[in-house]
Amino acid sequence: MPLLKLFGSDFVPTLEEPLREVSLADWRAKTQAQADATALVIENDINVEKVAEDLAGFRVIILMFPTFKDGRAYSQARLLRERFGFTGEIRARGDILRDQVLFMVRCGFDAFELAGDDAAAVRAALADFSFAYQPAADHIEPVWRRRLDRPAAA
Amino acid sequence: MYRYDEFDATLVGERVSQFRGQVERRLSGALSEDQFKPLRLMNGLYLQLHAYMLRVAVPYGTLSSRQMHKLAHIARKYDKGYGHFTTRQNIQYNWPALVDVPDILDDLAEVEMHAIQTSGNCIRNVTSDQYAGAGADEVEDPRIWCEVIRQWSTFHPEFTYLPRKFKIAVTASQNDRAAIRLHDIGLRIHKTDAGEVGFEVIVGGGLGRTPYIGHTIREFLPKKHLLSYLEAVLRVYNLEGRRDNLYKARIKILVNAGGAQKFTDMVEAEWAAIRKSEIDLPAEEVERIRAYFAPPDFEVLPAESAALEQKRKGDTAFARWLRVNTVAHKSPGYAIANISLKPVGGIPGDISDVQMEAVADLAAHYSQDEIRATHEQNLVLPHVRKDDLYAVWQALAAQGLATPNIRLVSDIIACPGLDYCALANTRSIPIAQRISERFADLEQQEDIGELKIKISGCINACGHHHVGHIGILGVDKKGEEFYQITLGGSGAEDASLGEIVGRGLSSGDAVGAVEKLVDYYRENRQDNERFIDTYRRLGADPFKEALYAAA
Ligand code: HEM
Ligand code: SF4
Repeated sequence: MPLLKLFGSDFVPTLEEPLREVSLADWRAKTQAQADATALVIENDINVEKVAEDLAGFRVIILMFPTFKDGRAYSQARLLRERFGFTGEIRARGDILRDQVLFMVRCGFDAFELAGDDAAAVRAALADFSFAYQPAADHIEPVWRRRLDRPAAA
Repeated sequence: MYRYDEFDATLVGERVSQFRGQVERRLSGALSEDQFKPLRLMNGLYLQLHAYMLRVAVPYGTLSSRQMHKLAHIARKYDKGYGHFTTRQNIQYNWPALVDVPDILDDLAEVEMHAIQTSGNCIRNVTSDQYAGAGADEVEDPRIWCEVIRQWSTFHPEFTYLPRKFKIAVTASQNDRAAIRLHDIGLRIHKTDAGEVGFEVIVGGGLGRTPYIGHTIREFLPKKHLLSYLEAVLRVYNLEGRRDNLYKARIKILVNAGGAQKFTDMVEAEWAAIRKSEIDLPAEEVERIRAYFAPPDFEVLPAESAALEQKRKGDTAFARWLRVNTVAHKSPGYAIANISLKPVGGIPGDISDVQMEAVADLAAHYSQDEIRATHEQNLVLPHVRKDDLYAVWQALAAQGLATPNIRLVSDIIACPGLDYCALANTRSIPIAQRISERFADLEQQEDIGELKIKISGCINACGHHHVGHIGILGVDKKGEEFYQITLGGSGAEDASLGEIVGRGLSSGDAVGAVEKLVDYYRENRQDNERFIDTYRRLGADPFKEALYAAA
């Protein structure tokens, strides 16, 4: 499974690194025994507000896309970044279409486990749109701010 | 009207390029139909019974002449010479070839139009009151806020894979011409006693197989908070809406499962956490958008036009059209002219390329370059000088566009049904055609008064049958087409859901049934009661009896 990571605004294919993954349930059940876990897997029906306390100590949070149509993890990622201040890696796992990656990046994802598409194509898709109308978890300035910043029309 | 700046134009252009690439991947076989489907659905491209269908967004129903000319051009060049206006103010083309679709989208982009988010489980084209900016009864032009929502919802990264589609409608009048109580979110701009203007927020309305009237979750939302509040509603829905069952995935199910209060509490809690963020537009940007909707330079005119009065007296056909199809304008000496797309025996909402060109020319000459589409599948010239109404009427009549039947029994909403739609049980269009033929007599129609007939070819309710004064629903019984009648629905400010009355009828009997119901109403109405008023006063039983007794 190729892994793509975001550095700045570009993708870099990365070798699979050894993670010690733990599911939320296992982590909650036997926290002591899982002390050396580095990645927490959160299913997409979990209210991340209830996980806020668990985040510290994990380098990676893995969020799930059971099918590409199931978009709950977009909201989970934004909450993790914007409300709970998680600064580690947020990784997307599951059924991911290359045309979705840009939106995932905007919601705070920065690593992707991709099944089919090649890295170059996904990278190109990241550049599909030059602007965004709305603020999100990335730091793209929304169009309205660019409008305010542009020099007054002559 | 709103005009794109470099940002809007770039984004729409980039979307066309992106889709062109996706179509190429499909045509070369790099994408399977399964993989292509979600991508084409994000661009308004459906696969119907016989061909692809392209749904083009008409944001909040407003079109310029130039845009209408382009729609005509597309109908001629890429389709069979016609288009179909839908119940969501959009236009659909029924016969485009896949390979042409990127070129169609390029043509649309030239006139600042697109098919973005007209399908798929995302925030759809925002709809509004077709009289916005013209109606005598509005608080302010709701399209300012529609455009604010259009921009915010376009390519929203978090809300593009919702549990189900999401429809928002905005109005600024007591008279609801946008069916706001039947939308996922309905917004009503109103003024408090203290003179402050804001939104009533209504959530969880919808049709389909489980219809609901929306709940007001906030009586008053200050305008400046609109986007953060919408974002809170959408986030709660994205996280909590059901995804295990397609038929239970709309927000109406979530709202009603736990009760409106619980839903409201969740939204308010989410909103409390985000309302101070940068989601809401700064006042400067709202003003920038507002400036595009500044009223056109209306001439200072006397309230009444002598020329018009003279024609009215001399020409009874014109006088009838004036009575039925024109509406009060907010500026003295002007009127709003409705264009019926429901000629006797015609297909509701269909319009030919030649008719589109004619409407575009009329708008350019007589209506400040503006045209509106209505959710009842008609068009509107919003700003016509009363002095010009006669000329406008003559030009419309020459094109078969002057049927004086707005709100009357033959102004029928009908979904495409089995003539086009892969999900249909029955045909809808022929029933509409036969009803309008049965009631062709204009004098009789006017005597019957306001009567809204709405026809759907299956329980998905695209034809709004639940909110028809008389609703007709196509059902399939062992391979035979049947029609179920519902009575007492309304999609307006007095929103209500129709009740099913008795067993299904054959297509022949369905038309006769409407006639029996109308006869019963005419015999029993009091004063100026509309059909729906008489029904509400007397209840379902006598109408049922009238329908089935003699049969
Ligand atoms: C290819 C043709 C079409 C298909 C496959 C289709 C499919 C559907 C489905 C499945 C629903 C139910 C959605 C739900 O309850 O969650 C629906 C609702 C609806 N459709 Fe269509 N439709 C088609 C054409 C149209 C057309 C032509 C119009 C406008 C004239 C239209 C307007 C609507 C409206 C207004 C609703 C119900 C309102 C709501 O609750 O969202 N549809 N459609
Ligand atoms: S109501 Fe049914 S038959 Fe009519 S367009 Fe919708 S899905 Fe098709």
